[in-house]
Amino acid sequence: MKKSVFLGALTVAGLSAGVAAAGTLDDVKARDMLNCGVTTGVPGFAEPDANGVWQGFDVAVCRAVAAAVLGDSTKVQFVPTTGKTRFTALASGEIDMLARNTTWTFSRDVDLKFEFVGINYYDGQGFMVPSALGVSSAKDLDGATVCIQTGTTTELNLADFFRANNISYEPVPIETGAEAVQQYLAGACDVYTTDASALAAQRANFEAPADHVLLPEIVSKEPLGPLVRHGDHEWGDVVRWTLNALITAEELGVTSVNAEELAGGTDNPEVNRLLGTEGTLGEMLGLDAEWAKRAVMTGGNYGEIFSTNIGEETPIGLARGLNAQWTEGGLLYSPPFR
Amino acid sequence: MTIATDPPKESFRLSMLINDTRYRSYTFQAIALLALIVFFSILGNNLAQNLAAAGLNISYEFLGDPAGYDINQQPIPYDSQSTHMRASIVGALNTLIVAFLACVTATIFGVIAGVLRLSNNWIISKLMSIYVEIFRNIPVLIWLIIIFTITANVFAPIAEFRLPRDGSDPERTLIFGMMAFTNQGVFIPKLTLGDSGAFVIYAFLASILGVFGYRGYARKKLFDEGKTIPVLLPSLAILIVPAVLMYFALGRPLGVDLPEMGRFRFEGGLQLRTSFIALWFALSIYTGAFIAENVRAGILAVSKGQSEAAAALGLRSGRIMNLVILPQALRVIIPPLISQYLNITKNSSLAIAVGYMDLTGTLGGITLNQTGRAIESVLLLMLFYLTFSLTISALMNVYNNSIKLKER
Repeated sequence: MKKSVFLGALTVAGLSAGVAAAGTLDDVKARDMLNCGVTTGVPGFAEPDANGVWQGFDVAVCRAVAAAVLGDSTKVQFVPTTGKTRFTALASGEIDMLARNTTWTFSRDVDLKFEFVGINYYDGQGFMVPSALGVSSAKDLDGATVCIQTGTTTELNLADFFRANNISYEPVPIETGAEAVQQYLAGACDVYTTDASALAAQRANFEAPADHVLLPEIVSKEPLGPLVRHGDHEWGDVVRWTLNALITAEELGVTSVNAEELAGGTDNPEVNRLLGTEGTLGEMLGLDAEWAKRAVMTGGNYGEIFSTNIGEETPIGLARGLNAQWTEGGLLYSPPFR
Repeated sequence: MTIATDPPKESFRLSMLINDTRYRSYTFQAIALLALIVFFSILGNNLAQNLAAAGLNISYEFLGDPAGYDINQQPIPYDSQSTHMRASIVGALNTLIVAFLACVTATIFGVIAGVLRLSNNWIISKLMSIYVEIFRNIPVLIWLIIIFTITANVFAPIAEFRLPRDGSDPERTLIFGMMAFTNQGVFIPKLTLGDSGAFVIYAFLASILGVFGYRGYARKKLFDEGKTIPVLLPSLAILIVPAVLMYFALGRPLGVDLPEMGRFRFEGGLQLRTSFIALWFALSIYTGAFIAENVRAGILAVSKGQSEAAAALGLRSGRIMNLVILPQALRVIIPPLISQYLNITKNSSLAIAVGYMDLTGTLGGITLNQTGRAIESVLLLMLFYLTFSLTISALMNVYNNSIKLKER
């Protein structure tokens, strides 16, 4: 009996350990479809709209990659993943890339054998409480009950924060963000903690957003970005430079509106290199010359994607903050297209 | 005179492996075995190659590293600096706690419902049929979520127990000054042990054995000498007196820790979390429906003549059930009951749906996630559950052997 169980485990493992890493770019081209892992639904970041079409800040990265590689931003198969299933899905080859507000950490990069290609959102872990609780600082939360998504870095940060401040708490582990919000609104926990951006996004969907406050403490660094499997550098480069193209486009003032016009040729050599009228950058990536132009024209440059999905005009209402261009006091700084 | 001669010895030919019925079954079994071995070695080889290609190895070293996360229900001391191994053990204990309690209550529900379903009272038997059919035919995960949602919404929000900051009285206070039913769980008093408190517990446990001993003695006296001696009062005395004497002799080492409202929730006392209550209740009531059917089948398996004979002797129906029917029905009930206990243990792994930190939640959930050691964690998880199941099976088999029909 023991033997058969062990062999059964090997079966599962053998099937899930999956494909060797090389050649994702060719696979995607041959399949003519990009498999992109996203969340099961965070407003503004990745969520199907009323027509069932995925929309959001992370979704836009997937679409830009599809546009760059396949020439069509609709050729994306979105695979919803939970905090627990995302890494297995990527490692097994079920998805080609993961754009699912995933924090770049040492162990995920090194030990889990993934490659983070950049950062598309600089975030930090925050706390949300009902204003009726009368709490103004996370340090006042001694003894509180905290709802938390399991399998995330927030779980570890939470433990560290409370230990460092020598206060206690009661964790309530929950599988998905939607369930956590439900529990929090039912009063089963006093505090909900996750990335501050997601807190703002979830609060925007509440019936009475004003009854809840975000505490001022940001207890961690959460650099969120897309990732791919380790070892497939060609594919990693494609995703990395597509993201960089979106960021550079904003810096250079290339938008979805004027990209076509600028592609006719400009006096700025970097714009020309980006849009493929000068140099052979696309060819070096294994793509055609207009890859970056298509990526930008899909959902706009980084700034346009930000403001349509999560910016201050949207219900989510996030300020650019750390996510502004380096020229405007933020941290966004793409290496040059040269 | 006849000479007995051996029949001519038939030499073995290869075609006999197929054509001769004596060998044919062996041939096919050997082929099947070979195919199975080849199949699994391909899978194993595939796994090894893929792991090597991905640069991964199988290693259990992560079990010694600090876990880094907190667990709410801790049967043994644990903090975020404890190791992953300890987190797994905490999870395993939580699994065992809920599985044990659910087995007990499921058996109680099942026996009551099974007996009542055979009741002559039309309403009661129909009500029990409805219970069995509803709970047996809807997945336990759905019951779990329904019960969790109900408990979280029926019990008063804990905010109503908090001391308002303007100094007025809270909307609700503890029931009898010791219990509170809130949407974060039920808070009850906790027994605390002083330095020598354990001795009082030991005395009490010894008293329980004493009660069984006394009842055995009374029975022997009845059978051997035909004398009845009082049982109830002496049993109670044996049960209570030594523990009480011990309690006062040792300077009252037992205390009660009452829940008391803190800033956010009750501190002290024992908290039965909503997730625990929901899981316990859902497993009990769901499996109870299956056990009810086992019990009913067991009772129906006892010949009707038995109960008629007992009735002819003048026994009341309650005593007929307890003394005649159930003892005979048990040998039919116990074997399927074992598999229901195994089902409870395995179904308890649905705990994460309501956030109860069982083994699947710690080792198979957070540890797996934070370390990324999926294969190792899953193998270890399987080993844990296999051990639990085989142990329960073994214990129940011992019990089954003790009550099964003894053939003399």
